[in-house]
Amino acid sequence: MTDGNASLFSLAAYFALLSLLAVGGANATIPEMHRIAVDAQRWMTDRQFVELFAISQIAPGPNILIVSLIGFQTAGLPGALVATLAMCGPSSLLCYYVSRYWDRARQASWRVVVMTALVPISIGLVGASAYLLAVTIDRTWQTGLITAATAVIGFRARFNPLWMLLGGAVLGLAGLV
Amino acid sequence: MHGKSHLDESQAAGAPPSLSQLFLVFCGITLSGFGGVLPFARRTLVEQRRWMTPEEFNDAFALCQMLPGPNIVNMAVVFGSRLHGLTGGLVAFLGFLGPPFVIVIAVASLYANVNDNAALQRVMTGISAAGVGLFAATVMKMAAPLVRQRSALALSVVAGVFVAVGLLRLPMPLVLAVMIPLNIFLVWKWR
Repeated sequence: MTDGNASLFSLAAYFALLSLLAVGGANATIPEMHRIAVDAQRWMTDRQFVELFAISQIAPGPNILIVSLIGFQTAGLPGALVATLAMCGPSSLLCYYVSRYWDRARQASWRVVVMTALVPISIGLVGASAYLLAVTIDRTWQTGLITAATAVIGFRARFNPLWMLLGGAVLGLAGLV
Repeated sequence: MHGKSHLDESQAAGAPPSLSQLFLVFCGITLSGFGGVLPFARRTLVEQRRWMTPEEFNDAFALCQMLPGPNIVNMAVVFGSRLHGLTGGLVAFLGFLGPPFVIVIAVASLYANVNDNAALQRVMTGISAAGVGLFAATVMKMAAPLVRQRSALALSVVAGVFVAVGLLRLPMPLVLAVMIPLNIFLVWKWR
C-alpha cells in the first residue's frame, strides 16, 4: 500500500462525524467515504478504494471494517485503530444511552414518525452506494453481467452471500472479467 | 437499568452469559460473518443460545437501524449493555470488532505485497463485481415494502437522496441536514 498523508487527527474527526451521520449503517456511508478519500482528500485512487472494498467484503466480520482499511492505507496501523474507533465509538455510545430509554417509547407516536421518515433516506443512501461502486467497478460488460446476476440471485434466493462472492472470484480467476 | 428486566423474561430458556462468555460468543458470531454478520447474530443469540426471543431481537435491531452507525455493532453494544451495563457493552464491542480487525489488517498487508499479480487483480475485480451486486440486492429488498405500499412520499425521498448523493455527489452531511428534518415534517404532516 502507498502511504498517504492523512493526519490521525483528520481521520478521527472525519470518521467520528460520519459515525453519527451514518443513518442506514455501513453500506450507506460508502459514497461519503469515497467522496472524501478519493475526490476531496486524495488519500487514494479509485482503484485502491475498490480494492479495499473487496477486501472488506471477503474478510469475516462487519463490512464497516472498510474504515480500518482506509485508516491503514492512509496512516498505517495507528490510522487503522483511530479510524475504526472513531467510526464505531460515538455511534455505539449514543446507542448505549438511547437503548436504555427505547422500550419506554415503544408506542410513542414520535418514534413511529421518526422511523417512517428515516427508512427511505437510508434506502436512498444505500442505493447511491451501490450505484457509485457499480460505475467504478463495472468497466466491462462481463463485470456488469456478474453484478446484475448477483443482484437478481441475491434478491430472489436466500443462501449464504459468500457463495456469490466466491463465484465472482472464480470467474475472475478464470479470466472472464 | 431499564432494559434488564425486559431481557430477563427471555432467559427461562438459556442461562445468562458471563462477561467472558459474552466476549467469546461475539468473537464467534463476527468470525462466522462472511458477507454479512446479521444472519449469524440472529442464529446464535436467538436460536442456539436463546438469550433473546425473536421479538426482542427484532425490536433491538429496529432501534439499531434507526440510530446512526454500523447497525450490527450497535446491536452488540445494546445486547452486552442490557446484561452487564457499560462493561458488558464494551466487552461485546471488543469481542465483535477485535478479531476481524486483526484479520482484515493482516489480509491487507499480505495483499499489498502481491497486488501487482494479474490473476489476483482479476479475482479482486470478480469479487467486487459480485459484492456490488449484493449491495443492489439489499437495496431492492429494503425498497420492496415501500413499492408494495405505493408510498409516493417515501419513494420520492428514496429517489431524491439517490440523485443528490449518487448522481450529483453532494456531501452526505449536507443532504441529511436537509432531508431528515424535511421528511420528518412531511411524514408528521401527512400521516
